[in-house]
Amino acid sequence: MSTLLINISLVSFMLVIALMITFSHRLFAIIVMSGAYSLISAAMFVNLDAVDVAFTEAAVGAGFSTVLFLAAMAWLPAEEKRDKALVILPLIVCFAAGSLLMWAVAYLPALGDPSSVVHQHVAPRYLAESYDILHIPNVVTTVLASYRGFDTLGETIVVFTAGLGVLLILTGKTGRVQNDKANNDIRDEDE
Amino acid sequence: MKNNPILRVVTKTLFAPIILYGLYVQFHGDFGPGGGFQAGVIIAAAFILYGMVFSLEELKQLAPPRIVHALMAMGALIYTGVGVASFLLGAEFLNYDVLAKYPAKGQHYGILIVEFGVGLTVASTILGLFMAFAGFDIPKNKKPPKRSPSVKPNASVKKRS
Repeated sequence: MSTLLINISLVSFMLVIALMITFSHRLFAIIVMSGAYSLISAAMFVNLDAVDVAFTEAAVGAGFSTVLFLAAMAWLPAEEKRDKALVILPLIVCFAAGSLLMWAVAYLPALGDPSSVVHQHVAPRYLAESYDILHIPNVVTTVLASYRGFDTLGETIVVFTAGLGVLLILTGKTGRVQNDKANNDIRDEDE
Repeated sequence: MKNNPILRVVTKTLFAPIILYGLYVQFHGDFGPGGGFQAGVIIAAAFILYGMVFSLEELKQLAPPRIVHALMAMGALIYTGVGVASFLLGAEFLNYDVLAKYPAKGQHYGILIVEFGVGLTVASTILGLFMAFAGFDIPKNKKPPKRSPSVKPNASVKKRS
């Protein structure tokens, strides 16, 4: 019962924040509110007992993305350009996609249903044998690092490659004026 | 923000505990929630806080970009190295059983080292991205076509960082 109440209040918070983001025109407010939105979804993950995901969401979604958006905001005007024209087509698309999703929700298995398909494949085996074989209490870690070690290697490489790509785009040497000493940037280690 | 004494004192006080908490999340991931990804972000957050309150230059003195970029590759290399090590010891790639005398022990070592590699890559990638974003500057000969004249990018970057 209390879980339901918490869920209802969190979802209504998220709804209010989403509406405020939609109707706000100031970029700073929008960025801060999307950070708050991430924080509330982190709270929802805690409520669903997915503490690892909540950790990541709170740190990356609420913390790091907000900081990156703020850093990017320095290059943008403070106010969103107002568009007076009424947009009919996007509205129709939004409502169509939304009602399609609501229709699909009805076919999802109930939350935490042990007989749903995703809980029938390899999860029972991992849960049953992982502590006896590995003696590690946290099944998430054993699945992530041992059973699915190869996937996690791929994820790490993806993080590395993505970071590398962004760094090359932002600090690449092409087109840079070499004798410009006015600004402090990553040029120091380029040379 | 550098001249605000509250921010300065709080940042200096919180810096070490945040990193300590990140290390706890990193190495306690076997027993509680957490692991390399989460720990990496938390440790990077400590450095980002430092960079935001003080300045980008001071952050670069604390964590030189050259080292941060090297650590990005180092983490992925550590992870792959564990795989190659188990490969050389006669098992499949990333089969940690052979890393120690007993399979369970080997799995413990393997998971710990692999998670460390993940944490290293994630922390340094996020820190590197922050430094690249905060220190980004459009080259003089390549001005963006449309920019609002009221905004002075360099001034606001400096103010914020």
